[in-house]
Amino acid sequence: MNAASTAPRVVVLAGGLSHERDVSLRSGRRVAEALRSTGAEVVLHDVDADLAASLREMAPDLVWPLLHGATGEDGSVRDVLSLLGLHVLGTGARESRIAWNKPIAKTIVSRAGLATPDFVTLPQTLFRELGAHRILDALVAKLGLPLVVKPSSGGSALGVTIVGSPDELPAAMVECFAYSDAALVERAVTGTEVAVSVLDIGAGPFALPAVEIVTDGPYDYDARYNPGRTEYFVPARLSDEVAERVAGAALAAHAALGLARISRTDLLVDAEGTPWFLEVNVAPGMTETSLLPQAAEAAGYELSALYRALVDAELRV
Amino acid sequence: MTSQPVPDRVTVGQPPSTAAGTRLDPWLGAYAERTHGMKASEIRALFAVANRPEVVSLAGGMPYLDGLPLDTLAELAAHVVATRGLTALQYGSGQGDEALREQILEVMALEAISAHPDDVVVTTGSQQALDLVTRIFCDPGDVVVAEAPSYVGALGVFRAYQADVVHVPIDDFGLIPEALESTLARLQAEGRRVKFLYTIPNFHNPAGVSLSVERRPRVLEICRRYGVLVIEDNAYGLLGFDGEPTAAMRSMDDEGVLYLGTFSKTFAPGYRVGWVVAPHAVREKLVLASESAILCPSNASQIAISTYLATCDWRGQIKAYREMYRERRDAMIGALSEHLPDCTWTVPDGGFYTWVKLPDGLDAKEMLPRAVTARVAYVPGTAFFYDGQGADHMRLSFCYPTPERIREGVRRLATVVSGEAELVELFGTAGRPDGEQVQFPGPDLA
Repeated sequence: MNAASTAPRVVVLAGGLSHERDVSLRSGRRVAEALRSTGAEVVLHDVDADLAASLREMAPDLVWPLLHGATGEDGSVRDVLSLLGLHVLGTGARESRIAWNKPIAKTIVSRAGLATPDFVTLPQTLFRELGAHRILDALVAKLGLPLVVKPSSGGSALGVTIVGSPDELPAAMVECFAYSDAALVERAVTGTEVAVSVLDIGAGPFALPAVEIVTDGPYDYDARYNPGRTEYFVPARLSDEVAERVAGAALAAHAALGLARISRTDLLVDAEGTPWFLEVNVAPGMTETSLLPQAAEAAGYELSALYRALVDAELRV
Repeated sequence: MTSQPVPDRVTVGQPPSTAAGTRLDPWLGAYAERTHGMKASEIRALFAVANRPEVVSLAGGMPYLDGLPLDTLAELAAHVVATRGLTALQYGSGQGDEALREQILEVMALEAISAHPDDVVVTTGSQQALDLVTRIFCDPGDVVVAEAPSYVGALGVFRAYQADVVHVPIDDFGLIPEALESTLARLQAEGRRVKFLYTIPNFHNPAGVSLSVERRPRVLEICRRYGVLVIEDNAYGLLGFDGEPTAAMRSMDDEGVLYLGTFSKTFAPGYRVGWVVAPHAVREKLVLASESAILCPSNASQIAISTYLATCDWRGQIKAYREMYRERRDAMIGALSEHLPDCTWTVPDGGFYTWVKLPDGLDAKEMLPRAVTARVAYVPGTAFFYDGQGADHMRLSFCYPTPERIREGVRRLATVVSGEAELVELFGTAGRPDGEQVQFPGPDLA
């Protein structure tokens, strides 16, 4: 392994075949460019049939997967990278697999003492066996309304619907199943939507300031990637005490799920100041409108130096 | 982008902060009204995957160029730069290269159009011609009448100029004259200003059908009677599988028809050369509008095409294209018959597309993520309407993938359709009818 002081050779993985390919490519380009400006030798590579051969040939010091969506975030690609004997930045394959599965991640963080909205997980096959309407009625009876229906895995709010009345539920399920074989249906918590990024540049995980997200509708695909649709407050407009609680929740989730180096936890803060865990990302978005870069800049970090610090910290391991 | 203010929220633990939020766009307040409709579309994001080789894309309208004589074209390009470089690399005429305009007459003669080189304005693809025509005719709120469905790229232009589109139904023989007449009558009664009829008479994009020879004069007569200009967009007319081009509407009416042509489908889209044929007064305004937009079309591209037309067997090339696309059409229709018996589709006699109706209750846009997961892509029908119709249709293109890939794509699509049908049966619905349209298409959708 090269010492961090000589120019490290880094392969940034971006693209892949997931529904979030486009977002991943944008994240990858941003990070690659930032790292290059620090003197690192960076190659941006797609996940395709050439990947294994090129990685073997390049023998990089480090691989940074910036893949969003299936195989990139679910641990599969990380497993393969480990098989190839490569040094990979970020959360390991097994932990990624757990974080990627929202119902399992929610169960683990709730056992660790965090609040998370009540939920059920419903695979499509179950509806086939038991009949849809009976299940949907029971769902509303148990969790109440409004509900959030989302794919049990996946990002960028694809396939997510907030359901306000029972007759909207079937359509929301159909939309959700277009993206995933299982639906996570959870009670909608009203409050302030925040995202907290956790980083570890060598001295243990720390939380960046929470980013507060304000939209005039759901924080959907357009709200995420069309600059102007969403207003962000960094740091979030929370009291010091609540801000601390929110940061603590993200750090607790990061620890409980065994995440490494970089993560982003999405939370809702209710009227009492309780942070509710929604989900976590092991490969947070790094695009122009993404939350982690905003938080880092607000905290006074220069992005390229920060990304380089992550690389250097990983290379010291 | 939104024009509405974002409501402030009750903030936990302290009164609303005076700290300003950021919208990541310092110029948000500066955009024109027409910019506010632009959205970051999930569909466009999904198409990012469609371009990967693992995916059979039945979505895009890219011509298949592998049959072009690239060596010859390379020699031609070198020859152009060596012998006419100072002209080819210089600014040129706003109206377009005169020699090329004369050759365009030869091309159009195949569809019985007779015109003068002065009537032709060369544009950067016929997409720019559409933009110029809309720019000089449409004020915000003006009505454009178009087929239901219509070309997504034209709808994007109309939207950009804040025109309203009123669709007129079509059948297997193209635009229905009676429906056109009743629509124009209704619009007139409502006091709305109809600026033009936008029509794709040959091998329609996306519907695949052609306006019958019998209907052409009737459509022209109705438009004449209502004082409505006709925009005849004819990208595919020379790509009929029987090889006999139909007389263009422009050949029947010099004054009432603006004709849009292009080399993108009959030669290669990379040159970005199209044209518009317009009556004298309109043409003058088009030239001025084009000069203000781009000064002049690319001289290098025009001279390259002009040299190609002068020295290569371009008719033979078109014939080769026709034969290749016919084989692909056959593969598409055969595969649809075999794998998607619950759907119906148009059988095009030319061009690039078939228009497929899904079984009742299915929504092509809702189904698209599932299709991308199954490594096949198409364009959902809603893209081709101004008003959210078309959810039960999809456009399948057979121009780019090989026949074998087309068959594989349709096989994959069949599993997607049956999976979706099962879901819809389970839940008794087909997703959220949000009417979102594909806006401002990239070249993938052309």
